[in-house]
Amino acid sequence: MTDFTFKPFSEMTEADYAAIGFRSGLEIHQQLLTAKKLFCRCPAGRYSEKYDAEILRHMRPTLSELGEYDGTALMEFKTKKDIIYQIHRETVCTYEMDDTPPFELNEEALDIALEIAMLYDCNMVDEIHIARKQYLDGSIPTGFQRTTIVGVDGHIPYRDRKINIVQLGLEEDACREVSDIGHRRTYRTDRLGMPLIETVTAPDMRTPQEVSDVANRLRWLVRSTGRVRTGIGAARQDVNVSVTGGTRVEIKGVSRIPSIPMLTYSEAMRQWNLLRLRDDLHRRGITPETFSARYDNVTRLLRKTRYQPIHNAINSGMILQCVTLVGFRDLLHWKTQTDTWFSREISDRIRVIACLTTLPNMIHSDSTADTIAASEWQAIKKAVGAGDDDTIVIVWGDQRDAETGAKEVIIRAREATIGIPSETRQALRDGTNGFERILPGPDRMYPDTDMPPKKITTERLDRIRNLLPEPYYERESWYRTLDIPTDVITPLSISSYAELFKTAVKQWNLDPVALSVALIQYPKRLCREFRHLDVTGILKESAMNEIVDAFRDGSIRREGILVVMRSVLENGGFSPNILPQPCTDAELNRIIENAMIALETMAFKDGDQKLRKLKGLVMDPLRGRVDSRMVMEKVERLVSGGRS
Amino acid sequence: MNSQNTYKGYRGEVLAVLRSYRAQVWSDAEIHTNRGIFKGIILPRSETADPHHVVLKLRSGYNIGIAARNIRNIVIGGHREAHYKIPEKEFPYDPKKVSVKLLGTGGTIASRLDYRTGAVIPAFTPGELYGSVPELADICNLETEKLYGVFSENMGPEQWMGTARAIGREIEKGVHGIVIGHGTDTMHHTAAILSFMVQNPPVPIVMVGSQRSSDRPSSDAALNLMHSVKTAAESSIAEVMVCMFGPTSDLYGLLHRGTRVRKMHSSYRSTFRTIGDIPLAMVSREKITPLRHDTNCRRKDRKVTINTAFEEKVSIVYYYPNMKPDIIDSLIDNGYRGIVIAGTGLGHVNKPLYPTLKRARDKNIAVYMTVQTLWGYVQMYVYDTGRDMMELGVVPTANMLPEVAYVKLGWTLGQTRDPDEVKKIMLTPIAGEITEREPSNGYLILQGGIPEVEEFISKLWK
Repeated sequence: MTDFTFKPFSEMTEADYAAIGFRSGLEIHQQLLTAKKLFCRCPAGRYSEKYDAEILRHMRPTLSELGEYDGTALMEFKTKKDIIYQIHRETVCTYEMDDTPPFELNEEALDIALEIAMLYDCNMVDEIHIARKQYLDGSIPTGFQRTTIVGVDGHIPYRDRKINIVQLGLEEDACREVSDIGHRRTYRTDRLGMPLIETVTAPDMRTPQEVSDVANRLRWLVRSTGRVRTGIGAARQDVNVSVTGGTRVEIKGVSRIPSIPMLTYSEAMRQWNLLRLRDDLHRRGITPETFSARYDNVTRLLRKTRYQPIHNAINSGMILQCVTLVGFRDLLHWKTQTDTWFSREISDRIRVIACLTTLPNMIHSDSTADTIAASEWQAIKKAVGAGDDDTIVIVWGDQRDAETGAKEVIIRAREATIGIPSETRQALRDGTNGFERILPGPDRMYPDTDMPPKKITTERLDRIRNLLPEPYYERESWYRTLDIPTDVITPLSISSYAELFKTAVKQWNLDPVALSVALIQYPKRLCREFRHLDVTGILKESAMNEIVDAFRDGSIRREGILVVMRSVLENGGFSPNILPQPCTDAELNRIIENAMIALETMAFKDGDQKLRKLKGLVMDPLRGRVDSRMVMEKVERLVSGGRS
Repeated sequence: MNSQNTYKGYRGEVLAVLRSYRAQVWSDAEIHTNRGIFKGIILPRSETADPHHVVLKLRSGYNIGIAARNIRNIVIGGHREAHYKIPEKEFPYDPKKVSVKLLGTGGTIASRLDYRTGAVIPAFTPGELYGSVPELADICNLETEKLYGVFSENMGPEQWMGTARAIGREIEKGVHGIVIGHGTDTMHHTAAILSFMVQNPPVPIVMVGSQRSSDRPSSDAALNLMHSVKTAAESSIAEVMVCMFGPTSDLYGLLHRGTRVRKMHSSYRSTFRTIGDIPLAMVSREKITPLRHDTNCRRKDRKVTINTAFEEKVSIVYYYPNMKPDIIDSLIDNGYRGIVIAGTGLGHVNKPLYPTLKRARDKNIAVYMTVQTLWGYVQMYVYDTGRDMMELGVVPTANMLPEVAYVKLGWTLGQTRDPDEVKKIMLTPIAGEITEREPSNGYLILQGGIPEVEEFISKLWK
């Protein structure tokens, strides 16, 4: 079954992905554009490196509502980390520090979440219940995230089919990690508590490209509300991947959609290769039942080694544990991802769980080059009784960490005989991924006893439904028939000007090309020109409405739109006196006369150059106020008249 | 399963709908509604929630509520009942370790979800405690006894007396230290009364609770429990103490004298503070660091005086401007035997109250003055008004905290009605409730925002 061999990324076809049973789903976290946080009244979206105080906490696993401990929770507890929170008083209050119970849910955030759930055509929940989702990594000081489901079972169209939306949740954002070294993990708390929606799709995507297509589609759809945050870190994807016979593995926190295809390809390859590894183990007769491993303290044997990492470790009083994996010869050098081997899976685990964060954190007998001397390998193998078919792995750390590390090597090696462990993994820059933690299950949910359930009334849903934007992909299809520039199609379809554009084109018969350029490209250009200004804020819908109105009734011409936008920015907003006054004949004649006088003092190669200069001098003060063709003709007439 | 359990928490409209489709609590159900189909397990509903919604646990672990009137059909697929239970492991016995007794009165030191109220209720056996805080076994051999299972606001004279007697029994049996699990709201009331009811104990008596319930990963319960058990097992201080977080960080706990401690914040972990003095000691998982040396020392004997007298007809009156005499009159008319006033400033009330205070004195009602500033002494000689009040029989109580004066007056009146005798007991310090002097660092409330305070805080974990 696993005889398919992975090809390079660029050579994989849809049929290849079908052959391995590639399946992928997304969990998209998108920050909402609210002034305040979700459960307290701290400002949202204010980031700073500065902090005034630090708090130290530890996390302990607790039972779920159904009376079970969660696997991740127990794993995190094994790591015994000191968690440090950096507190900046302007962005964090005693709520985020878990020293004050939650305040009422931010209604604005709830409205946005409901709106987006409707865009997905979800079944809307009648009464929302706040849950606590446990996170023992410390990323939230309470040890859990307050989260609630507002809609389930929605969908969006994609190609000729539907991508199902399992649920839409409203939740609070977590801390940003500053560092994680040894037994100390540090977090910055400014982002903590900001409102966020989590969109969970079904595993309906069948190729890596489809995953990024759908991610984009969902991103545009939520942006079309104009009520979500944009910019670095405002939207983050978790990507779930599995292959036939594999396990759902989650790649966390992917902020760039273009990196998704390579990441999902690598993960599919990793799972496929781990399945092949399992088959190989079974052929060797190594199953979960027959699996055998042990560990011994070998510190004494390497006291004189010249291999620097171990030499240093011993000098600083560390302990060396040697794990013997019976029958594993060569398997730690089994390829899992591009330029990555099974040994990495083990090294990652002990880095995270035993806190052996200084790399290299292990060496093994399947890859002995540039490690301890051959004679040292021999001596250790002999001492621990390892045979030719066995692999030995050496880890080092203080008494407790070295032992945790050795045990974890055994746990991960045994898992290879079963298949692919359920994990969350972190995306790496080269497109591969590394272990982050054990995948949490539904067992980490607990009702939030601090918050009563909240009823979502029909009146509320109706109010929101009435203001729902048209799905952006329907707008896009219409735009394509209008021949507007392709690069403005998506931006316009999700822009707050989309309704204005529709009215202007359908009811007022304005030119769609000119209008789409004016609505999308001009503000973009002006953003670069007025870097210090909040361009989109000043050119809000109402201001744009006025400008388009003026264009419609002819008080500004096509060329004048940009000029007026610039004036609006300089003025700090729209006011009618910004609009140019129509040019009278007398004014036009005076300008031409002045230009002719100015021309006298200049020298020109020929008449054409002179004419061009004249046209420029006349048009500069008039641009946008007059019909340029009419003026040009008049100038030409004058000039030719003068000649004759 | 009886019908109460079958439909736990459901009533009215929603109960009728569930019954009509033969759906029960723990049914694995597919609910068809006007807003779509929802699949999951039907959970019990909190009794305080409305009678219009079904609670459903979705496959993802999330709960949602479904309006009964939107339900069109319920298809039952199975039954999956939750057994919420803190894993119980037998607490290991080590003959080399001392024995500590943990008396439970309630609180959230160990707790679980209560579907009836949707809140948390305590769970409390040595096995459960060991299951959730195995570190305790490194400190001592622990035995537990659940005296009560009440929230702290429901603690009263009956529970105080019962707890004092239980402490007496344990001391006679030769226990090495006692820990009392207690809700935090009235922990300082109980700490004060136990300081009077249990006199001259030979071992530490440590009260402990948690500000974040133990069903939360960030709970302070486990660390507080470790600190208090360590104190009971190893400390040389044989007094009634409160052991709770010093800073909000997971760093160390403070041991506060039972008569000088007060809960000072509604939700902070570091809510307990010694008022008008400094704490007895700091305790971390590694060591106990004494901060003062005038504490009662641990003894080898098993002698203790238990005096559980208590007169319940005692009240605290928190004075406010424009208070009318009818407040005091109603206490007099309702047969109260003692009144503690929390007065303004140095211990004052307005003039219109004087006649009723005189009436109280004439009816042999004990009236004692404390200060609502909490810090500082009552001083009724400074102003004429104070002198007038003393004339009317109001007795100043030095720097006794209002709540402490309240429980002490109840305890005193439980022993005697004779005004002179009452006054003698009230004004004779028994367990540090009145101190002769207030050290300058007994009043230290750092003012945030000031540069030197900010600088100091930024260097420390809070």
